Amino acid sequence: MELNAGIALVAIAPFIAALLAPLVQRFSAPLAGWLLALVPAAIFVFLLQFIGPVADGQIVATAIDWVPAYGLKLSFLIDGLSLTFALTISGVGALIVLYAPAYLKGHPHLGRFMGFMLAFMGAMLGLVLADSMLALFAFWELTSVTSFLLIGFDHSRQAARRAAIQALVITNVGGMALLVGAILVRQLSGSWEISALGSLAGEPLYGLVLACFLIAAFTKSAQVPFHFWLPNAMEAPTPVSAFLHSATMVQAGVYLLARLSPSLGGTAAWSGILLVFGGATLLWGALGALRQTDLKQMLAQTTIASLGLLVMLIGLGSETATAAVIVYFVAHAFYKAALFMVVGAIDHETGTRDITALGGLADRMPLTFIGAALAALSMFGLPFTLGFFAKEEMYAGLSDGPWQDIFALAVLVAGNALLGAVGLLVAIKPFLGAEVTTPKSAHEAPIAMLAGPLVLGAAGIVAAVMTDWLAHSVLEPGASAIMGAPVPSHLTLMINPASIALWLSVLTWGLAVLAYQQAATIRTLLRRVGSLLWTADQVFDAVMFGLIRFAGAVTRALHHGRLELYLVTVFAMLALALVLPLLALGGIDALLPLSDLGDWSARLAWPDLQLYEWAVALLAVVGLVAVLVADNRLVAIVSLGIQGTAVALIFLLFGAPDLAFTQFMVEVLSVVILALVMTRLRLDERDHRPFEDLLRDGTLALVCGAGVSLALMVVLSGTLDTKLSDFFTATSVPVAHGANIVNVILVDYRGFDTLGEISVVMGAGIAILALLRRKKAAPAKPSRAQKATS
Amino acid sequence: MSTIIFRTIAPLIVAIMLMFSVYVCLRGHNEPGGGFIGGLIAASALAIWGMAAGVETARKALWVDPLALAGAGVFAAALSGLASVFTGSPFMTSIWLYLDLGETSVPLSTPMIFDIGVYFVVLGTITSIALALQSGEES
Repeated sequence: MELNAGIALVAIAPFIAALLAPLVQRFSAPLAGWLLALVPAAIFVFLLQFIGPVADGQIVATAIDWVPAYGLKLSFLIDGLSLTFALTISGVGALIVLYAPAYLKGHPHLGRFMGFMLAFMGAMLGLVLADSMLALFAFWELTSVTSFLLIGFDHSRQAARRAAIQALVITNVGGMALLVGAILVRQLSGSWEISALGSLAGEPLYGLVLACFLIAAFTKSAQVPFHFWLPNAMEAPTPVSAFLHSATMVQAGVYLLARLSPSLGGTAAWSGILLVFGGATLLWGALGALRQTDLKQMLAQTTIASLGLLVMLIGLGSETATAAVIVYFVAHAFYKAALFMVVGAIDHETGTRDITALGGLADRMPLTFIGAALAALSMFGLPFTLGFFAKEEMYAGLSDGPWQDIFALAVLVAGNALLGAVGLLVAIKPFLGAEVTTPKSAHEAPIAMLAGPLVLGAAGIVAAVMTDWLAHSVLEPGASAIMGAPVPSHLTLMINPASIALWLSVLTWGLAVLAYQQAATIRTLLRRVGSLLWTADQVFDAVMFGLIRFAGAVTRALHHGRLELYLVTVFAMLALALVLPLLALGGIDALLPLSDLGDWSARLAWPDLQLYEWAVALLAVVGLVAVLVADNRLVAIVSLGIQGTAVALIFLLFGAPDLAFTQFMVEVLSVVILALVMTRLRLDERDHRPFEDLLRDGTLALVCGAGVSLALMVVLSGTLDTKLSDFFTATSVPVAHGANIVNVILVDYRGFDTLGEISVVMGAGIAILALLRRKKAAPAKPSRAQKATS
Repeated sequence: MSTIIFRTIAPLIVAIMLMFSVYVCLRGHNEPGGGFIGGLIAASALAIWGMAAGVETARKALWVDPLALAGAGVFAAALSGLASVFTGSPFMTSIWLYLDLGETSVPLSTPMIFDIGVYFVVLGTITSIALALQSGEES
């Protein structure tokens, strides 16, 4: 059980290391990379011990209570699939963490960078180990956020900022879709745990669920038409690309599809969509790679292609295709991370990564060349490499299938051939041939930058030579987890000349070499065609620009700055809110039945009031009339005060002393403050308003007044529920020790509300002061701001 | 505004109003009154003082910025709610303490502190607005 709890720690430890990274960097700068790499290395070693149990068909799971009240658990699970991913992430991660400080040596924000890297690794490990759909979502979003920070690390450059925002926007669209999908699945299955899911193929909402998860996976894994963010993300420092854009971030979408394939797979929609989009992405990326001369861009494009290939394989869903997913994922992670690190080393040592400006580096950087060559062998897919196995597995069983399989096979062969050609270009072109002078005089990279390419390049071959171990410990458990059923392996190191897959491989190699030789011609051709196309990148810009313009238009329409119209809007809404419910719910009808006008006089009885009560009412009316007829603003303000005071008197006479007391003070203060505002604003003494304005304001005032009166009358005509009043009356003295119920409610029963209200009062005060001070700085045109806020 | 009559009588009015505002604030739990109305009275008093003696004099007489008084009021109110943590009851549960002084006993309570907080919020906010408006008028 202790061991199981360790799984959760796997996802948490990198975050802790991320917090410490800046300190480690500051106090042990030369060793920081080696020290920090211990964390992923330890995770890798810790995870190794699960290989045995998982190969025997065990599933290791653990759960931490998250929100027990809602039955939410932070559950983690290790099966063949998540173990393969987690080992790759931590293993490659350790080498990258070692590589990064050497690459970014002397950068002022290196500590921060290492923190981002480790945090990203934690998010990624959490993502692949999570069993709870919500935990998966949380880690998924964390990878988006940390990759945003990493891509935009060089934040003083506009291109880096744009790329970071673009990646964040695109992957977050997918994140939202993932959340919706997760909630839908929870509704369908009643559980947040992925391991508890059955097949959803027959469910009524299957189409919607599928769409949600496909959007999530396609945005994250850069499938056409969402592919464009990945090449732009090459703005990030090379270690980021080597980690995020080979084995981790972009593979999250592939992982999601693989993880859900037992639940969502097996339908025509699933395989059709995955095959079409994956195939398109494969070809698009592979051709795109040949168009580029920047080594890093070439690799980015091949990553898009490889992701498309993996999506295709998941869509095929056969036993061999599923086995190929696992082998290809591992092979790709190894060689792509190694090649990215090689490109980083070349860039670092020569000052350029333009393939046409490089050549003959093999003598100056022999170890880098070895690393590059080993990785390229696997990418090219020669025998005794992981890449070869991947290719054999994906070709097997397709040649005698229906026409869809043949078509998929053709796409795979073409895609692999183009990828192989790019592999040759990246690994051979800069190193062999005549030496070219480069911006910096080239020499071998430091050991920390060599370890990655060499270890990963060699791993691609060692793992392949250990065929039985690979088949039994990695391939079978991994493929079984994707299939949801045991998958036997038939990997063998021997080359079988009778198998058609081998001859397809030979065809692939031939095409690859051909494409390599004609690379320059193909590039010119592709560029000519490419310049005619309207790219998705431009569409993104257009959409973002449109969004900003739309937001601006909405803001200008609502926030026009004319306070008079704000007030009109507020009161018009008030009028609607008052009148509509009265009409819709029949309140007026109950009060004044329009159908029965006969006994109006009986209903509107003459009120039975004392003389002084009449006097007070008359005072209110006089004040009101004076407001209306006054043509001097000051007179109007004082008249309004008279009207308010009369209302306060009414409160006093009808048994609400607290209310009356407050009303008196409010009236006095508002007259004083309004008069002060008047003097501040230097308004005309008279209020000139055109007739249309008078009509508009008068109508609004009448409707609001009538609305409030009617609403009050309707409310009072029903029976009041006195439950609350009774409770307050009964408990005020014995429980709350106060005889003044109004005050006891304010400070005790509803004290929390009051706390909010006084905070608002103070906030409003601060806002008003800010307005007043601004006026002081620029005493320009008069506005009604102060009037509105006081 | 500053006629000699007004200026002469203003200190008296202000003193009485301030005394009265405290009285109203403290009696609030059992009789009409309370922190809100008390604060309004005190704010009116200070506004009058500002009119009679000038904004600068009024500010000096206050010692602290009125907005700081408002902030202290919110703080005190929130803090009075937190006191219940020590008795293990939920936020804002009231605590009462009867202080025996021979003949009579004085009830002290967290709602009272809360109400005093309200008093200062209203006083501080309104006063700072009124004084700011007046200082603009002078300039």
